[in-house]
This record gives sequence, C-alpha cells and structure tokens, in this order.
Amino acid sequence: MSDTAAAHPAQAHHQELGFIRTYIFSLDHKMIGRQFLFQGLFMIVVGALLAMLVRWQLAWPETPVPGLGFISEPYIYPGPNGGGIIPPQTYNALFTMHATIMIFFVVMPIMIGTFGNFLIPLMIGAGDMAFPKLNMLSFWVAFVSGIVMLSSFFVPGGPAAGGWTSYATLSARAQYTGVDLGQNLWIIALLINGVSSLMGAINYITTIVNMRAPGMHYFRMPLTVWSLFITAVLLLLALPVLTAALAMLLFDRVAGTSFFLPEGGGEPLLWQHMFWFFGHPEVYILVLPAMGVTSDLLSTFSRKPVFGYHAMAFSMIAIAFLSWVVWGHHMFISGMNPLLGTAFMMTTMVIAIPSAIKVFNWLGTLWGGTIRLTVPMLFALGFVSNFLIGGLSGIFMASTPVDIFIHDTYYIVAHFHYVVAGIVFALFAAVYYWFPKMFGRMMNTGLGKIHFVLTYIFFNGAFFPMHFLGVAGHMRRIYNPTQYEFLQPMQHWNVFITVSALLLGASQIFFVVNFFWSLFAGKKAEQNPWQANTLEWTAPTPPPHGNFLTQPIVYRGAYEYSSPEVKEDWLPQDKNLGASAATRAH
Amino acid sequence: MMQWLPENVSTFGAEIDSLFYLIYYITAVVFVLVTVLMVLFLVMYRDTGARRATYSHGNTTLEIIWTIIPAAILIVLSFMSVNTWAKVKRHAPESDFEIAVAAKQFNWEVSYAGPDGKLGTDDDVKFDNDIHVPVNKPIRVQLSSKDVIHSFFLPSFRLKQDAVPGRTILVWFEATKTGKYELPCAELCGFGHSGMKGWLYVHTPDEYKKWADETLAPKPQ
Repeated sequence: MSDTAAAHPAQAHHQELGFIRTYIFSLDHKMIGRQFLFQGLFMIVVGALLAMLVRWQLAWPETPVPGLGFISEPYIYPGPNGGGIIPPQTYNALFTMHATIMIFFVVMPIMIGTFGNFLIPLMIGAGDMAFPKLNMLSFWVAFVSGIVMLSSFFVPGGPAAGGWTSYATLSARAQYTGVDLGQNLWIIALLINGVSSLMGAINYITTIVNMRAPGMHYFRMPLTVWSLFITAVLLLLALPVLTAALAMLLFDRVAGTSFFLPEGGGEPLLWQHMFWFFGHPEVYILVLPAMGVTSDLLSTFSRKPVFGYHAMAFSMIAIAFLSWVVWGHHMFISGMNPLLGTAFMMTTMVIAIPSAIKVFNWLGTLWGGTIRLTVPMLFALGFVSNFLIGGLSGIFMASTPVDIFIHDTYYIVAHFHYVVAGIVFALFAAVYYWFPKMFGRMMNTGLGKIHFVLTYIFFNGAFFPMHFLGVAGHMRRIYNPTQYEFLQPMQHWNVFITVSALLLGASQIFFVVNFFWSLFAGKKAEQNPWQANTLEWTAPTPPPHGNFLTQPIVYRGAYEYSSPEVKEDWLPQDKNLGASAATRAH
Repeated sequence: MMQWLPENVSTFGAEIDSLFYLIYYITAVVFVLVTVLMVLFLVMYRDTGARRATYSHGNTTLEIIWTIIPAAILIVLSFMSVNTWAKVKRHAPESDFEIAVAAKQFNWEVSYAGPDGKLGTDDDVKFDNDIHVPVNKPIRVQLSSKDVIHSFFLPSFRLKQDAVPGRTILVWFEATKTGKYELPCAELCGFGHSGMKGWLYVHTPDEYKKWADETLAPKPQ
C-alpha cells in the first residue's frame, strides 16, 4: 500500500523542472489543483456577471443595462448613453449559461478539481495521485471544454438558450430555440467536460484505495477525503448516463435520429429521465465535498472531535446510495405516471434523513467546544446556515401535492440556490483555510471577515425573498414578470433581490483583493497555522513535489482535538505517543 | 411568507394549501430551533482561553433520537401527501364538461366540441388563450402540445401540468368561485415563453350558458 507513497519523497530534491513543466503541463497534483482553482475563479466571474444581467432584467425589465450597448443587435438592443436592452432570446441564453457555468465550470472544478487534487494525496499521506499524467490530462481536457463552452458566446445565434436542463424537444431541434451551433457547442463542451471529470474520478478512487499512508484506515480518513471519495464514485457512475443522453441529443440535432422527438417515434420524457438520473446524483456530487470540508472545519475550530464521525461517514454513504432513486422528484408534473410520483416522493423523504443527521451532528460538534471564529470557520458556519434553509425548503417540493404548485416557480430557484450557491460558502471556507498550504502565505483576516459579513447578508437578501416570489406563484425563467397581473404586486421583491444580488457581487471585491494581495504580500504561513490534526499540515509549506519529507505514519483519526492524552488541544494524526498510547488511541 | 399565496379557488386547492402550511410550520420550528442553538453555542462556547473543549466523539442515544424523529415526521408527511396527490393527478372525476388545450409556441389553443358534441373533430370551436368554464363543475382538459414542452399553470387553482408533445394528458379542476384567472406557461418553451399566457373565465352556470349559446352555437350555413 505504501510503496508508491514512500517512493515519492525522493523526488522532492532530485529534479528542477522548467517553467512549462512546473506551471503549465505539471504532473504535480498541487499545481493541477491550483490550475483548476484559477480556471474556476475566472469562470465564477463570468457566471456571476451573467446572473447580474438576469437580475437586472427581472427588476427593471427591458430597461438599458449601463455599458452593455457595445454588443451588437440582435443580441442586445441599443439604449441611451451606451446602455443595452436585453431581448428575450438573449435573456434565455443568460440564465442557461449562468447555471451551466456555475455548476460545471465553477463548483465542480473548485470543490472537486481543486480541493480533490490538492487535498487527497496530502490528507492521506501520499506523494501524489495514482496517475499523475491522467491528472494533468484531466485538467487540460477541462480547460478545452471551458474554451468550447465560452466560444459558444461568439457564434451566430448565440449560446444555448434552452435552460441548463436543456429539456427536449426544445433543445432537440434548432428551430425551437433559434440556437443552432451554440446548443451543439454546449453539448460538445459538456461531453468533453465529462471525460475530464471521469479521469479525475478514476484517479481519486484509485489513489484513496491504494495510496493511504500506513495506519490510515478508511475510518481514520478525514471527512473531506470521505466526501471526495464518495463524490468520485458518484461521478464515475453518473457521468456515463449524461454522456449517453448528450450524445443522443446531439444525434437528434445533427443527424435526425429522433430519440427525444415524438414525430420520429421518440420520447421527450426519456431525456428528463436520463438527465435527472445523472442530475440528482450531481447535486450530491456538488454538495458532498462542501459537507466534508464543513465537518473538518467545524471540528478544527471548535477544538473538538467531530460529533458522530461514523454517522457522518455513513450518512454520506447513505446519501450516495439513495441519490440513485430520487431523480423522479424533478418530474412530478412532467406527465410521468403519477404512481411513480408517489414512489419518488417516498424515496425523497428518506434521503432527507441523512441530511438532517449531518446538520444535527454539526450542532453537536459545536456543543461544548472552544470555538474560534476564524474566517474559514465563519464561512463554514455560513454553509451550515444556508444548507439548513436549503434542506428544509426541499421538504416542500418533496411532497407531491405541494410540488404541483411550487414546481417551476421561484420557490425552486430559492431552494437550489440555498443548496448549490450555498456551496460557495464552503468553497470560500476551503480557500481561506488551505490558502496557507497552497501558496505559503496567510490571507488577511480583517478583509476576510468583512467579506464574510457582506456575503452572508447579501446572499440571504438575494435568495431568501425568492421563497416569497415562489409562494406567490412567480414562474422560473420568465423574461418579464410585469407581464403577469398576479405577479405585479410582488415586483418590489424582484427589485430588492436584484439590489442584494448586485451588492453580493460587489462584496466579492474584498475577496479578490485579499486573494491576490495575499498571494504576493501576505504574511508567511507557518507549517500548521490552524493547529490542525490532518496530515497536510505536517508537510512543509508549501509542500514540495512529493509532499512529505518522510513517509507519515498514522496513529489515530483526524479529530483528536482536546484529547486528554496531550497538553495541547490538538493531536496530529501522525504524532507518535509511544507504543502504549498508540494502541489506546483510536 | 404564506400571505403571498394567491387566493385558492379550486376544490382540491385547500388540501394542497393545508399541506403547504403544515410543512411550513414544521420547517419553521426546526429552522428556529437549529438557528437558536447554533447562535447560542457560538456565544456560550466561544474560545476565551479559560476552558478546554469537551472531549466527546458523540452520543449514540442522541443520534438515534435525532434520526428517528425526522424520519417519523417525513414518513408521516409522505403518507399525508398520497391521497391529495391521487385526487389531483390520478382520479379525475367523471364529467360531461371536457375541452382540449393544445399548447404551441406561444399560445394555448383551446377547443370546445362543436355541434357533434365530440372533441377532435372538424367542427370543434377553437380559441386562442381564453377558456370559459362554469363554476362548481368538474372540468376535464385534454392537454397536449404541438411542439415543445409547455406547462399548464393555474396558480389560483394550485394546478400545474406539463403539456408534452406526442401524448395527451388528462387534467381536471373544479372552480369554487367565479372570476378571471391567469393561465401562464410555467415551463421554458423558447424566446416567447414569457408572456405566453391565457385567461380562465369562471362563470355562473347561467352566464356560462349565455356565453356558450352565443359563441359555441353552430353558425348558420
């Protein structure tokens, strides 16, 4: 098990790589992780700007957006003073690309690509990933897929405009949306992206199964590693289904196959079944790493073991299994047999149980701790607070009769932003927490706290009132809410949401400044600035190629904070307390 | 939050609303409970340097309790939902009032049976986006689509059903109050999705008969 891991440290001082091999075609998991991070951070800016345009249109429909007039007709119509008015077709493309980018090019590359790559070898005490070349390929394939996706903005007809769910038949024939090449590029980009994720998943699973340091039993692994492990398994099993569906959709569009078109003997609901068979595990693919990171951070900064470690690991395993049998809850009103609706309601209610366990165990972790409200801790708590709301609002739509009303309304939009956009809190927590190990410098605490407070306030200002709109029946994906008499009394909430969203976007300046300033001028980081137990903090800062100077040996689980065995309130996983202590400790 | 729910005017809407309220109250209690505890813990257990954290790996009894209670609540909620769901989606009542609605980019094409009393024949009387029905009578709608997926949404009736190309889906409702109700499309259906809407006019039986006699009666040849 430890052969490969033990062989790597030698590499640390036997070669000097050139610029290209160090920064571009790097085989080092840490550099690949950083590459994913920079790609993801660039894409989050794109995704956020698209969201701002969507919000502008919803608050002040068909009024010129300042500075948008440079885009030519028919994509944007010119307004006064260089402003530009968003037409309906462009609006549809904006929300389609916002969701696609945020899911496939922000949350996945950062939570899985960045932290999976950076943390798995370091946290399990390995020198690198099992397949470094495959790892490099995984990033560069993801990079190509990002380029293809972005290129669709510049083709005639504009980018895909059928929603990120791209329901057939709307997506299956160019005439229905008026988007031809853009939708094809969307499909191709996701196909390529799937290949990248698949390579990553195979690598993560192989690495975790084979390269754990001596003594790193499965049930001594940090929950971050558990979450990434389960995520990788879900990716491995779910992506082929998406790939098949996307290929069929592409064939329908370019070769006239009619898999999803009834006039050729196809079935529109087949797309939804396949898409959500991938899509629901996908939700857990997005949220599990956030849960893992949050569990680790709450424990570290409460100076207390994770409450119910085994329950936390098993609840993630339970979520992984159940995530395969809940996809139909996206389809209650799709025309699917209503009896199936009842069955999927039952499974959906069941999957809420492990999620509830996680929230209660997080509370249990805080209880009796000595809580340090560091910036990463604040963001981790922010994730818990958002996930609580997103989890509870999910119960409404799990109930089939209630879903009849709230399906396809802003209630759903509120729900999945609390869950999926809420992941951004875990993402920030992870960046603030591991930045010292990644870049060798600390991020600024003051700026970080301002960033947290503003982000938390405006996040809730932007997403909570969406529940009110949903209760009023406000449909998703409509271009102009003022076209509907029953929604006119609610329009002030759209304005409120947009103002909050714009401020939420503006608050991220504090992060950008902090990130880049700290990168070059931050305080030099110690080896273990947070006094944490996990193995990555025993490696030098930043870790060299090969990570560890000597092979770490693991004596205990990751959460021995405030253990009575030592004077300090932390006890690293690799600290040898002598033979008698090692057998006592678990 | 719930004050923004549109007034319900359908026979089954009240059942849906009571489930909606029930889940709202349950989740509100859980939300307040967890949030208060979390804030309390953050205040009570903040690191002052004077105390060492409790060294505890968990408490099996507590964990069993907070697994079983939510499980029980969720299972009860499912069973409470089953009947209402079946009533709305599975057991459409018999009725002699049946119309067809075919969705297309970006209109609701409404058909009433012509003089032959049958839907789907050449003498059907068709309207764009307007549906007229009598109050207190089950209305059956044969819902279909001619191009992409649309969704037939009557917010005031708590009714929504996708219209899927290639199949006809039976939808039903019964109005409890006369009036004029908006009928938006709730599923993204293309660039004209926003603004694809119709009106449902619910009349008293007399008014409805008057409208039907004037509008649906066979035109003189």
